[in-house]
This record gives sequence, structure tokens and C-alpha cells, in this order.
Amino acid sequence: MSVNEVNVNKEDLRLKRHKDAQKVKDRIITIFIGVFAIAWLFPIAWTFYSSLRPYKEIRAGGVLSFPKELNLDNYVNAISRMELPTYFTNTVLITLPAVFLILLLGSLMAFVVTRYSFKANVALLLLFTAGNLLPPQLVFIPVFKMYLAIGDAVGDRRFLYDSPLGVILIHVAFQMGFATFVLSSYMKTIPKEISESALVDGASVFTHYFRVMLPLLRPPLASLGVLMTTWIYNDFFWALVLMSTDSKRPITSALGRLQGEFVTDYNLLAAGAMIAAIPTLVVFFVLRKQFVSGLTLGATKG
Amino acid sequence: MSSTTAVEKPQAKAKKANRRRTFSKRDRFTLGVFIGVPTFLHVALVWFPAVATIYLSFTYWTGIHIGDIQWAGLANYENIFFNTPIFWDALRVNVIWLVWFGAIATPLGILLAYQIDREIRGSKFYQAAYYLPVVLSLAVIGIIWNFLLRPDGFVNGVLGLEISEAVSFFGDDRYNIWVILTMASWRHIGYIMLLYLAGLKAVDATLREAASIDGATEWQTFRKVVFPAMAPVNIIVIVITIIESLRAFDMIYIIYGSSGGLPILGVLVFQNIAGEGASMKGAAYAVILFLLSIVPIITYLRQQFKEDMK
Repeated sequence: MSVNEVNVNKEDLRLKRHKDAQKVKDRIITIFIGVFAIAWLFPIAWTFYSSLRPYKEIRAGGVLSFPKELNLDNYVNAISRMELPTYFTNTVLITLPAVFLILLLGSLMAFVVTRYSFKANVALLLLFTAGNLLPPQLVFIPVFKMYLAIGDAVGDRRFLYDSPLGVILIHVAFQMGFATFVLSSYMKTIPKEISESALVDGASVFTHYFRVMLPLLRPPLASLGVLMTTWIYNDFFWALVLMSTDSKRPITSALGRLQGEFVTDYNLLAAGAMIAAIPTLVVFFVLRKQFVSGLTLGATKG
Repeated sequence: MSSTTAVEKPQAKAKKANRRRTFSKRDRFTLGVFIGVPTFLHVALVWFPAVATIYLSFTYWTGIHIGDIQWAGLANYENIFFNTPIFWDALRVNVIWLVWFGAIATPLGILLAYQIDREIRGSKFYQAAYYLPVVLSLAVIGIIWNFLLRPDGFVNGVLGLEISEAVSFFGDDRYNIWVILTMASWRHIGYIMLLYLAGLKAVDATLREAASIDGATEWQTFRKVVFPAMAPVNIIVIVITIIESLRAFDMIYIIYGSSGGLPILGVLVFQNIAGEGASMKGAAYAVILFLLSIVPIITYLRQQFKEDMK
């Protein structure tokens, strides 16, 4: 046996041992991740389970008592007693127009800065992207005062303050920055030739945007739309500080007050929270691809 | 931006000039609207107020008539730094938050992403489980966890404690910050995992295989091969970790209300700016919050605008 062959055998053995060790390690890791995953789901599962039980059962027998009744009573009660339909309507009135305007204005901005060569393009893009990263608290006081002043000027104090319109505008102003940034990095990947041929055909700027670019932007617009809907739906801060009438607030901000009011019937609150989570759960189960790609479009460009 | 070579350049220039000349009146108007409306809205509701807040933080103002604004110099800041001990308490909590996220939550998210990316059995399910909290609002998350931790909640039930002797997880200073951090991590870990997973998909799988065949351990492969290849994502993950740690607000607010059982910068700002009687101390708080997040913001911008700046 030559020295070489021994070496080869040793090498094989080492690799095999390496592989076996890896297999064992993989199994351990898989178990860990699995156990963690179940622990991860537990808080939601527990809240859901609790929402199906009457609170009096828990008062009587403790949280761990065996359930005698499991039904949807808490849900029925939550919907009527917490006035959830009103809050959901408020949410829709804010979220839909806001998302529509964010996508429209963001794509217009991205269209101009990527398709036409003006000197200010990069500066504008930088302005929008940086603006999106400012803390909301930094802009709040002047926005609040401006809303009141504009309201006084038009003769209706609640024209912007304490009105859906004011909340919509601030969301649009902020999130447009993100949309512009994401859409412009997407548009840079669309070949220039497409625009050039449109221009050669004598298309106006208007046609160029609506007929040529907009159809190509469908995938990122879908992703951004889902992401923005989730973000605005989940927003807590703006509706809290820019609205004073509780019955005008969207569901997420209203939850805070409901939590204080229904502290005596916790399982009812659980049902309310589960209902409030339904739209986001739809995103989770149905629109996951769009949500994730929206999130990562902005993050992993570069 | 464009990939024109030196030879094509004069031609491109001519084209550009040509294009600029051929803008009709109508096109010029359209372009003006396309840029003007978004820019006006953004500047009026984001940049102008931001600058105004910075100015106001150096003034006394009751917030009613513009004419009443009085220059205060650094008085609001001196007040915060020297006469408001709760500011330092809050800063301490934010720093603990940041250290926890930076040292534990974010690395865990990265680790999860790395393992799940290897397509271990059931990886689809695991991924979904960790990602679920990311779509939930912090308000709902607050309620869900309150459910587990309240005096007659699950945890006290498992510990066998009656309501009278139950552990007050949110009220007791020994526990509250760690409980809050656990809740925040529940969401943050999934968020980081998602971002990292998307980045990992872009890293060439053959790199990992090659490293493994060469006999590199998992850890070596990650540290020497994968991690450096993920540089852009790493920066974003770091920036997100810092910004989220500084801005934490929703969850604390939903649990404690505006009284704030756990002092944290986001809530302090809120207490001082919300409502009609906002004092300009609130503006100073907001500026401090902004200054603390300015480094991650600039890092992020530099990363994203690298090519454009050239």
C-alpha cells in the first residue's frame, strides 16, 4: 500500500465523519427550531382558545380549567358591544385612499426621476428617502398646529385635525418616500429602450407614464400595496395623536381604549383582538408573497 | 446610472438635449404636476415641520399665537438633561433595549434565517410560524401577551399562583423590562429572519457547498463565506435594529397608557407633545430622538445611494 492511498482513505474517512456529525447536528437544530416555532405560535393560539371560552368559566375554575363551553359568543358580543363595524369602516376610509395616493404619487415621482434626466433627480430621491426615515414625533407639533390653522382658515376646525383626511395626508407624505425609493430602484431595471421607443413614437409624458410604464409596474405596486396596507392598518401613533374623537379612530388605535374599557371581560377583549387581526392574517395566509417581496424590495436592493 | 460607454456618450448627450427641447407645453405641465404634487406634500408635511420642530426646541411657546414664540436658547435641553431624572431612566431603558436587540434578538433572527435557508425538513412551516407576528400590529401583540401575563393569565396559572399572590409581570420593576423585551423580540426576530432570508436566497448556494466540501464547519462557512457576501443586508439589519430600539412606543403605550409604567423615550416624547398644551420641551425630546437616530439614517442612505453618488 502506498503512502498516497493511505492518505486518500484517511481523507475519505474524515469527510464521512464530518458528514455524519453534520447530520446529527442538523437533526438537533431541526428539533430546536421546531420547538421554538411551536412556542412562537403559542401566544396567538392561547388567545384564540381563550376567545372561545366565557370569562366566567375562568373566574370560576382558573385559566387552566377544562373548557365546558366553546363557542363564538364572545365574537358576537365583541362585534356589537365594541362597535367594531364602525372602527373597521374608519379604517377602510383611511387606509384605502392613503394606499392609493401613496402608490400613485410615489410612482409618478419615481417615474420622473428615473426616466427623465434632470439635475435634481438624485437630490429629490434622497430627500424623499431620508424624509421617510425621520421619526414621526419630530414632525408632530408643527403638523398639529398647521392642521388647526388650516382648519380655522377654511372655517372648519376639524377639516384636517380629528378627520380622516388629516391622517390620510400624513401617511401619504411619509410613506410616499418609501414608495418612491422602492419603485425607482425597480424602474431602473426596466430597459431604457422601452421609454425611448415610446418617445420616438411621439408619446406625451402622460401617455408614457399611464400606457407604457404603469402596466410594467404591476408586480412592485402589488407588493407595495400589500405592505402599505398592513403598515397603515397597524399604525397606532398618527390616529392617536391627530384624532380626538374616539368614534372616528381606526380599529388599531381604538383597541387601546377598548382594552381599558373591557378589562373586566378579558375573553371578550381576546375576541376583539382576534377580529382586529383578521385583515393582517389574510395578508399572512393569502398575500404572503407580496408582503415579503414588498418588505425586501426596499431592503435588499444594493 | 446609465451604462453608456465613452463612444456612445456624445450621441446620448445629443439625445438628451433633443429630448429636453421637444417637451411640449403640455408635457412640461404634466411633468410639473408629476413632480410638484408629491414634492409639495412631502416637504410641507415632513421636512418643513421637522425643521420647525428643531427651531421650536430652542424656544418657549404655549402653542397658541405665533407671535408669542420666545427664544429660549438651550433652556429646554438644560431642563431635560439636568432637571428631568426620568429622561435618564428612559435613556437607560432604550439602551438596554438596543443591547438586547443587538446582542440577542437580531443574531437569533439571522441564525434562524441561516438554518431555515438550508431547507431543513418543515422549513416552510417554521418560516411561517416565525413570520406570523410580523404582520400583527403592536397593539394586538400587546393584548395577546397581556393575556398570558396578567394576574389571572396563563403564566400565573401554570405557576399555580392565586390572583392575590400573582406575579405582576408588567408592574414589577424586576420583570417588566424583560417581559417587554421578550414581547418585542417575538416580532423583531421574525422581521430580521424575513429580511435575512431574502438576502440569503441571493447568495450563490454553490459557495456554501464548496465551503462544506472543503471541510469548513457550519460556523466557519457562515463567518467567512456567507456573512461577508451579505454585507448590504447586514447594514440594513443593523439600521433597522437601532431605529426600532429607539422608537419603541406602540407596545409600551398599549400596556401602560400615557402614564408610562416603563419610561422610554418614545413615550416621553408623546407625553410632552400630545394635546393642546404641548410644551416645547416636547420638541426638544423629539430632536434628541432624531439626533440619536441620525447615524443609522445616514448609514442607510449612504448604503442605498452608493451608485448614484458616483
